[in-house]
Amino acid sequence: MLPARGVTAWFGRSGSGKTTCLRLIAGLERGRGRLFALGECWQDDARKLFVPPHRRGLGYVFQEASLFPHMNVRENLAYAERRRRSDAAAARFDHLVELCGIGGLLSRDSESLSGGERQRVAIARALLAAPRMLLLDEPLAALDESRKGELLPYLERLRDELAIPILYVSHSVEEVARLADTIVLLENGRVLAQGSLFELFPRLDLPFAEGEQAGVVFEGRLAEHAEAHALSRIACGEVSLWVSRVARELGAPVRARILARDVSIALSLPGPSSILNVIRAEIMELSDYGPDRVNVRLLAGNVTLLARITRRSREALSLREGLVVHAQVKSVAVVT
Amino acid sequence: MTSADLAAVRLTLELAGVTTLLLLLLGTPMAWWLASTRSRWKAPIATCVALPLVLPPTVLGFYLLVLLGPHGAVGRVTTALGLGTLPFTFAGLVLASTLYSLPFVVQPLQNAFEAIGPRPLEVAATLGAAPWDRFFSVAVPLARRGFVTAAILGFAHTIGEFGVVLMIGGNIPNKTRVLSVSIYDHVEALEYPEAHRLAALMVGFAFCVLFALYSLRAKSKLF
Repeated sequence: MLPARGVTAWFGRSGSGKTTCLRLIAGLERGRGRLFALGECWQDDARKLFVPPHRRGLGYVFQEASLFPHMNVRENLAYAERRRRSDAAAARFDHLVELCGIGGLLSRDSESLSGGERQRVAIARALLAAPRMLLLDEPLAALDESRKGELLPYLERLRDELAIPILYVSHSVEEVARLADTIVLLENGRVLAQGSLFELFPRLDLPFAEGEQAGVVFEGRLAEHAEAHALSRIACGEVSLWVSRVARELGAPVRARILARDVSIALSLPGPSSILNVIRAEIMELSDYGPDRVNVRLLAGNVTLLARITRRSREALSLREGLVVHAQVKSVAVVT
Repeated sequence: MTSADLAAVRLTLELAGVTTLLLLLLGTPMAWWLASTRSRWKAPIATCVALPLVLPPTVLGFYLLVLLGPHGAVGRVTTALGLGTLPFTFAGLVLASTLYSLPFVVQPLQNAFEAIGPRPLEVAATLGAAPWDRFFSVAVPLARRGFVTAAILGFAHTIGEFGVVLMIGGNIPNKTRVLSVSIYDHVEALEYPEAHRLAALMVGFAFCVLFALYSLRAKSKLF
């Protein structure tokens, strides 16, 4: 069961079957068995039932923005609008154009747009059909870094503003960290784990704990601004973290990310140091990572942290489960 | 030009026009099926469509004559319906030309459809377009070039028919004597100037038609 709004990310390595799953849900490919979605049965081999893709009321954004080459942007959008589900309220054209930032592109030919622009048009087009669910198949994969950076804020806005479930397929930990609320982890076509972003990221037994992007995501509230030093404090229960000034009002919810490689461990409170955030935490679990390092999962109040240290340090400090230590957090990134 | 020759010109144009239209109507669904099917009938049917490319026209003409004649399978049906038999009539010529020019219309269309690829149609489906809608709003516009090529090739090829037309049509003035047969007649009667006139006309026509086709292709991408 997946939530009715917000972003659910389908995450997995290449070849884990995530795109296939998405295509099966959309009806672009046909598997065997039964498929239930949005409270309806879309496929049941036993009853010889198969709802074709054009009747499922879904929006689909492909990995390479597939705009119709024989139409310009406005016509592409009109194509979707004309075929809008009859029982759906008219998705406001101007609002969607503004949401996706494509106002200036309307009379352009689809071939003349950049990759990022094409994807934004593709998203607006999918939404103009008033879908009941939006499926995105690695929409940023075909873009270079700067284009990805351009597009991510639009996706974040979508997540905040749309009232329909969004399925987002990706193999990028960073995209998932910024956009997802719920994650379904796939490997070789099977679901390995499913749960909220906050629960799955710190788990040492899942692929999230591997690689340079390993870390945790947590949600807190903006508690204080320290104007003199352009800093803000995020509070999550009793735990506080200082970050660069966040331009939001006090009390606003903030999502932040801490990478494992930015967390180090000290047995006792360190003397004066440049590290702003030192948190008292209990070691919950340790797990070897590669030949020389160890992943450590710590708990401080409601906040789970991941630290990546060397095996030598673990032995030198005699770290073990249950030990209370001081986690030094070098960098906290606010992801809104 | 004599009135006989003018009649031949008119007849030829009529034959080519009707055949091309018929082929576009019948050939489009055929080409679409060939382009999108994965059935095991695809190869055999594609082969049948391509046969007129390699068979000598006289072979095609001969079998059609037999089939459409009073003792052939189709001939018996047409006689029973009170329509007489098709050989040596304009209708028979149309039938023969349709078969003879079939691959010239179906193959460019099939290639054009295949070149579209599955993606635009998948996109249309996810946007709520039902199968017919997808065909007319996406496949046909994207295959525009194929339609033009198919029409031009089908028309030009029919204009140039000789063997099949002679066997099925005979040589009946005003009814089945087309240009190619007229030229043959003039040569047999040693009327070289008349033969020249008609032959040059046909070369000029073919050149203009193909030139138009290739210049359009060179100029624009989607036409």
